[in-house]
Amino acid sequence: MAKNISFTLKYWKQNGPKDAGHFDMREMKDIPDDTSFLEMLDILNEELVAEGKEPFVFDHDCREGICGMCSLYINGTPHGKTATGATTCQLYMRRFNDGDVITVEPWRSAAFPVIKDCMVDRSAFDKIQAAGGYITVRTGAPQDANAILIPKQDADEAMDCATCIGCGACVAACKNGSAMLFVSSKVSQFALLPQGRPEAAKRAKAMVAKMDELGFGNCTNTRACEAVCPKNETVANIARLNREFIKAKLHD
Amino acid sequence: MIDSKIPEGPISQKWTNYKAHQKLVNPANKRKLDIIVVGTGLAGASAAASLGEMGFKVLNFCIQDSPRRAHSIAAQGGINAAKNYQNDGDSVYRLFYDTVKGGDYRAREANVYRLAEVSANIIDQCVAQGVPFAREYGGTLANRSFGGVQVSRTFYAKGQTGQQLLLGAYSALMCQVNAGTVKLYTRYEMQDVVMIDGRARGIIARNLVNGNIERFAAHAVVLATGGYGNTYFLSTNAMGCNCSAAIAAYRKGAYFANPAYVQIHPTCIPVHGDKQSKLTLMSESLRNDGRIWVPKKKEDAIKLQKGEIKGSDIPEADRDYYLERRYPAFGNLVPRDVASRAAKERCDAGFGVNNTGLAVFLDFSEAINRLGIDVVLQRYGNLFDMYEEITDVNPGELAKEVNGEKYYNPMMIYPAIHYTMGGLWVDYELQTNIPGLFAIGECNFSDHGANRLGASALMQGLADGYFVLPYTIQNYLSDQITVPRFSTDLPEFKATEDAVKARINHLLGIKGKKSVDSIHKELGHVMWEYVGMARTKEGLETALAKLKEIRKEFETNVFIPHIDGVNIELDKALRLNDFITMGQLIAIDALNREESCGGHFRSEHQTEEGEAKRDDKNCFYVSCWEYQGEDKDPVKYQEPLKYEAIEVKTRNYKN
Repeated sequence: MAKNISFTLKYWKQNGPKDAGHFDMREMKDIPDDTSFLEMLDILNEELVAEGKEPFVFDHDCREGICGMCSLYINGTPHGKTATGATTCQLYMRRFNDGDVITVEPWRSAAFPVIKDCMVDRSAFDKIQAAGGYITVRTGAPQDANAILIPKQDADEAMDCATCIGCGACVAACKNGSAMLFVSSKVSQFALLPQGRPEAAKRAKAMVAKMDELGFGNCTNTRACEAVCPKNETVANIARLNREFIKAKLHD
Repeated sequence: MIDSKIPEGPISQKWTNYKAHQKLVNPANKRKLDIIVVGTGLAGASAAASLGEMGFKVLNFCIQDSPRRAHSIAAQGGINAAKNYQNDGDSVYRLFYDTVKGGDYRAREANVYRLAEVSANIIDQCVAQGVPFAREYGGTLANRSFGGVQVSRTFYAKGQTGQQLLLGAYSALMCQVNAGTVKLYTRYEMQDVVMIDGRARGIIARNLVNGNIERFAAHAVVLATGGYGNTYFLSTNAMGCNCSAAIAAYRKGAYFANPAYVQIHPTCIPVHGDKQSKLTLMSESLRNDGRIWVPKKKEDAIKLQKGEIKGSDIPEADRDYYLERRYPAFGNLVPRDVASRAAKERCDAGFGVNNTGLAVFLDFSEAINRLGIDVVLQRYGNLFDMYEEITDVNPGELAKEVNGEKYYNPMMIYPAIHYTMGGLWVDYELQTNIPGLFAIGECNFSDHGANRLGASALMQGLADGYFVLPYTIQNYLSDQITVPRFSTDLPEFKATEDAVKARINHLLGIKGKKSVDSIHKELGHVMWEYVGMARTKEGLETALAKLKEIRKEFETNVFIPHIDGVNIELDKALRLNDFITMGQLIAIDALNREESCGGHFRSEHQTEEGEAKRDDKNCFYVSCWEYQGEDKDPVKYQEPLKYEAIEVKTRNYKN
C-alpha cells in the first residue's frame, strides 16, 4: 500500500543560457510514494501555477524510459539513483524518505547550454550524428535482408550498442564533459555489422572530429559515464572506437 | 464526391499499375520544389529522408529537442513483413487478409494490399541501414508470432523494435541533413496550414523556445504527426503527443475519417491515483506465457479490493481464466479489442482485483513451473523489472507454496488507450481532400480499419514514408514545377499567422482559475467513462453535453501565465483546445455509427454472448467528417467500402 512522504525540494531556476541561475526551495507535502518523480514535479507545477507563478521547466516525453528526453540531475546523480537501466521518468518516490532534501539540477556541460531551468540544448548530439552516424544507403531496393548472414553474437552486440537513447547522462556525469560513450556506442553498432564496414574509418574520424569541434571534453577513463548510463552502455565501446579511430588514422 | 483514386486492375496489380503510369518529376525540377514534413516519427523521418535523397528540398519539423525522440521509439514488440522466412505458408495475400480481418473489415482493401506488398522491402531497407534485428545462430533473421495470426512474421530487436527502426530512419534523415537536402526545425510546433487558391502551400509554426510565430512556404505539406490518443488524458502515448496538426487541417476543410476507432490495449499497468500522468504498456508478448484471470468468487474479489488478501492466496480451483473459458481456440492470445472488453466485463461485474476494482491478474506461475524461472526471466525479465519499479511487486517472485504447488505474484493489468485507427481521410495517394496536403502514418486512417493488429503500426509508418508517399507525391508535384517558390509575405500567410496570434492572445487573456491539466483531466474522465470501451447512445449524448461544458470551462476559466520564451502551460493549452474538438468528433462518430466493430463497441449492438455485432448492410463505409465551424456539428460523407478480393465474414476467435 502506498504511503505519503513530505520533503524539501531544491530545484534549479535559470532564465536562459546567460542568466546566473539559482535554486528555489519548496516544501512538498504528503506526496504518495507510488507517484513517479516527474509526476511529483507535475504536482509542483500545479501548485506554482495555482499561485500565479511560473512553472518549473524540464524536458520529458515518453515517460517509459526510451525516448531519452528526460534529463534531471538528482541529488548529484544523472537520472537519480534509479534501479539499473532506468531514466529519470522511471524513478519513483518510494526511493526517497520523509524529511529528505531533494536537489534537482540540469545536465551541466559546456556543450549543453541551458535553455530554461532544467531544459538544456542537446542539439550537439544531432550534429555529431549528422557528421557520420549512418550507413549511406538509398531508399529503394537493397538486396534481400538475409543475403548477408550476420553471426548472432555480432548482431546481439550491435544491438547492445544501439540501445543508447542519446540522453546525455554520460556527458553530464563526466568531469571532462566528454561525449565518448555516446559517440562510441554509435560507431560500435555500425562497426560490428558488415553493412557498416565500408564507411567505418570515415565514420570514426568524422564523428570524433565533430565531437571535438562542438566543445566536448576528452576521455580520461574515469568511467563515470558507464556508471550512470541508463541503458548500460559500457566503456568497451570507447575502446572499440579508439581502435577504429587509430586504424583509420594509420591509413591516412 | 469522395474519390479514393483506387487504380484499376486486380488487387495484386494495382500498385504496379499505379507506379507504371504515375507522373514523375525529373531531377532538375526536384531541386525547385519544397516539401514540408511535420513530424519525425517512423513515417515523418522516413519520408523526409527519402524525399531529400530524391532531390527535393525538405523542411522537417518536430516538437522535441531531436527527431530521435518521436513516440514511435516506444513501440516494443516488432514489425510484420510477409517474408515467409519461416516457411510457414506466409504470403503477401495472407498478411493482407490477416490485416483486413483483424481490422474487422473496415479498412480499404487496396491500401492494405499495397501495405502487405511493400512490407518485405521495409525489412531489406532497415537491415541495409544497420538495424540490429534479432538473428538465429546461423546468421539469418529471427521471427516471432503475434496476436490474431497463425504464422511467425514479426521481426524484432529485443523489446525495442520501435527504437531501432526509428534510429534507422533518424540516421537516414541525419545523412540528408548533412547533405543539405533536409533542414531540421526542432522544438517547433505547427499551428496551422496556409491555403492559397485551395491548395496547401505552407504552415505557421510556433518556436517553442522563444515563442515566436513563424511562416514556412512549400509546394506540398505532409503531416506525420501521429494519433489522438491523448484526448483521453491517460494513455500509453508520450506526454507531448497531440492532434493539433490534424485538427488544424480538419478546420481548414480536410475530412476526418473514422474518429471513433480508438484502440484500447489490454495489458497496461492500472491507474493508481489521480496524480498519474500516463499509463505504461506491458508488451503484448507477455500474453504468450502469461494467463489472465480474476477470482471465481465475488467474496475473494472484495477481499482483494480491500487489500486483505493477495492474488497468490487464491488457490487454482478458485481462479477464473475467463479468456481461456470464453475463447478456447485463441485463449489468452485473442486480438486486443476482444481481450480489453472481456477484462472490462469482469471488472464491471465486480471481480476486479485492485483497490479501485479496475484490474485483472496476468499470472506467470504456470509458465514458471513449466519452463523454470530462468527461461521466463530471459524472455520477460526486463518487463518484470519495469513492472516492479512502478508497482513495487515482482511477478517473478515466489509468493507461496501449497502442497508442492508454487504460486508467484501475478501482475495487475487493465486496458488503456493506446492507438488511434481513425485519422485524416486520405485517398490511395495518401493525399487528403485538400490538394497538396498529405497525411501518413498513424495520422491518417487508411490501413487498420476498426482495429490494428500488433506489430502493424511500425509497418505502416515505414511503408508510407519510405515506399508510398515518395512516389505518390510526385503525381501531385509534376504539374507544380512551373510554380515558383512562394513568398511568405503573401496575404494568405499574414492572415493565417494573425489568426494564430489572435487565438494565443485570446487564451492568455482568459486569466481564469483552472490549470490546463486539470481541465484536460476532466476531458479525459468524460472520454474514458462515456466514449471508452463500451459506448451507448445515452452515454454518448451525455458525453457531448459534458464536452460543451468543458469547452465553456476552458474558454472562460483557464489560467495560462504570461511568460516570454518557453511557456509550457501555453504549449499545453493550445493542444487542449484541439483535444476538446477531437473529443467531440470521436463522440459524434461513435454516436452515428450504429454497429459494433473492432475498437468501437456500442452496447446496443452485441450478440447474446456479448460479442461485437457489425452491420455490414448499413455501416460498410468510411465516415468522413467535414468541419462546419466550432459551434456547429460536422457534416458526414461516406466512402463506401468495396471488397473485391476478400469475403466479408464475422470474426471468430472461439474455434
